[in-house]
Amino acid sequence: MKKIFTIVIFTENKIGLLNRVTSLFTQRHINIESLTTSESEYDGIHRFTVVIEETEERTFKVVRQIEKQVEVLKAFCFTDEETVSSEIALYKIKLDDSVDSSSLQAVMDKHDAHVKEEVGKFLIIEKTGLKQETHVLFEALKPFGIQGFVRSGRVSLSKTISTFSKHLQELEAHSKEIISQ
Amino acid sequence: MQTLTATKEIKKKSQIITGAEAVILSLLEEGTETIFGYPGGAIMPIYDSLYGYQDRLKHVLTRHEQGAIHAAQGFARVSNMPGVVFATSGPGATNLITGLADAKIDSTPLVCITGQVPFSLLGTDAFQETDVISLSMPVTKWNYQVTKPEEIPAAIAKAFYIASSGRPGPVLIDITKDAQFASLSYDYKKCQGFRSYNPSPRIDENKVKEAAELINNAKRPYILFGQGVILSEAEKEFQAFVEKTGIPAAWTLLGLSALPTDHPLNVGMLGMHGNYGPNKLTNQCDVLIAVGMRFDDRVTGNLARYAKQAKVIHLEIDPAEINKNVKTDVPILGDAKKSLQMLIEQCHANEHTDWLEQFEELNDLEYKKVIQNELNPDKEGLTMGEVIRRVNDLTDGDAVIVTDVGQHQMVACRYAKFKKTKSNITSGGLGTMGFCLPAALGAKLGAPERQVVGVIGDGGFQMTLQELGTIFQTQAAVKIIILNNEFLGMVRQWQQLFFDKRYSSTELVNPDFVAVTKGFGIEASSVAERENLDVGLKTMFDHQGPYLLEVKVEKEDNVFPMVPSGASVDEIRLE
Repeated sequence: MKKIFTIVIFTENKIGLLNRVTSLFTQRHINIESLTTSESEYDGIHRFTVVIEETEERTFKVVRQIEKQVEVLKAFCFTDEETVSSEIALYKIKLDDSVDSSSLQAVMDKHDAHVKEEVGKFLIIEKTGLKQETHVLFEALKPFGIQGFVRSGRVSLSKTISTFSKHLQELEAHSKEIISQ
Repeated sequence: MQTLTATKEIKKKSQIITGAEAVILSLLEEGTETIFGYPGGAIMPIYDSLYGYQDRLKHVLTRHEQGAIHAAQGFARVSNMPGVVFATSGPGATNLITGLADAKIDSTPLVCITGQVPFSLLGTDAFQETDVISLSMPVTKWNYQVTKPEEIPAAIAKAFYIASSGRPGPVLIDITKDAQFASLSYDYKKCQGFRSYNPSPRIDENKVKEAAELINNAKRPYILFGQGVILSEAEKEFQAFVEKTGIPAAWTLLGLSALPTDHPLNVGMLGMHGNYGPNKLTNQCDVLIAVGMRFDDRVTGNLARYAKQAKVIHLEIDPAEINKNVKTDVPILGDAKKSLQMLIEQCHANEHTDWLEQFEELNDLEYKKVIQNELNPDKEGLTMGEVIRRVNDLTDGDAVIVTDVGQHQMVACRYAKFKKTKSNITSGGLGTMGFCLPAALGAKLGAPERQVVGVIGDGGFQMTLQELGTIFQTQAAVKIIILNNEFLGMVRQWQQLFFDKRYSSTELVNPDFVAVTKGFGIEASSVAERENLDVGLKTMFDHQGPYLLEVKVEKEDNVFPMVPSGASVDEIRLE
């Protein structure tokens, strides 16, 4: 049975590595639902967050293929229950006479959204949350006329203690050991 | 691996040289003696530097970049040293792709260096510009684009380290032309490891213990071995393990020659066209011990009915291979040589006479139904098998046999006799037609003291026959046998068996192979009758230089046994 998995990959910061990682999904005909890359809490190490909908078996196999790539330090995969995740969505609404600002405010309040900026005749509304939540707000804002909509990739942190720091120490110790041999 | 670091002339400490010269010096530091390649605009500075080092570096000018990379593969496979390839940008680089894919899937160490347009022209669709880094990404173990001369020594050091360590594979370094021209302060340091690459996992002693316990208690244990035994140079340990435990062992296409063919515990070949017993009995063993092999679909057939009754032990260096195709009960992650050393200690000396007898009984059956007719046919036309049998006799099982892809490949691998390791060179995982001729050339240059015999079908020969030019120029004494059935035989066999004999585009109208070969300045002859076969083969082997023998074989023979596509290994057909 397919379900949502969040794959977190720690890598060296190298040109082309993203391409190498994404091609592993392409080869297996796995669609990437969302992808975010950023610096991690470790100096010089990047974090990829990849969301896919797949069976557990195929997910585990692709994670092992990712880990096998030179310059990938470690890859983890999590179910939704094991992570705290968020996405940001921005909505552009045209302000004109037809917009009832008090009911718009009510919709924003109900969905825990706020005005990011008022630019000329447009309002940029921001909401953070999971895809379902930002989608519900999208539906609620439709009657006001959405001029633009964008949703970011997912960012996630696991609920458990990170084992990566220990793993990194082991990797560094192991490579020193090889070098000294 | 021999290094030339002691040679006086090699500039060692922080000298100012060009990037191009740094490439050459770095290769010398890694012990490179032979390069296969083809020059062109974007790699000209490197070729210019090479000109000054011809006394130490032999460059083999092939007739096509695909020829260069397959030759480098043949070279690497006989020598266990990385094959080195030069190619220019654009078409030069794209012509390497097939060889890279072949080397990746067959775990062959290669270091390919491509020239690239100058940095300022990257992304402008310049003359002969292709994004070779993106193109080669899925078919390389690692690749890297160098745009600054000072990156060259470290990039090449890393390339050699990655190509040859752990599960070996091809790497590609793309160097912009301006980086080749510009200068750097040269210093070379071999790469010995870095944190984001763990080539040799630490072996878990508990897993070794668990495996030994299973092996010691097994009634019908069965060993499958692959190229991992050869790549980790574990042949001695492997043979000792087999002999101590008394367990029958069968090989994958690439495992062939890791254990002498006539060893009493060598029960034969696995897979689609493998031997009858080894396939059938896979589904009767109680413990399956896989050593350095990856359960390829051509080996396993239908996975849902593959060795379900057995406990599976898997000795493997690549963690991604564990549980990839076959569920493993006891994985032993690590280098095969070390794993086997540890395992031997814990395994009891044993014999499995009754179990081994089952293999022999099935082998007798296969002999009567298939092998006898193939090796000693009573029909008029020549069979591929009898040619291989005569090659075995005349070389005393001492030759390196290089094959292409198709019927002749299956027949050669089924019937060739090997006494020494690294003697069977073929395109296994990718099944690249056109592999043999350049790979045989490379193998001869990698093992000049050995007899190298290339066995090719008439189809595959015509895919890379331009390399006869390279063979002529190098005078590498390869012996080439074309088994000519005037068909793309394996596809024709499938059409006969599974596509209602609709022979769609498989019949070949061939040129005169002898005339073609002689046109390249290479001696050649052709035989079509049994009584001339021996003379033909002897003439070929007695000839001092390269030689090509065309053997006209039966046109519509099939290779059996066969596990039909989608069937289980125990549904193997003898006819």
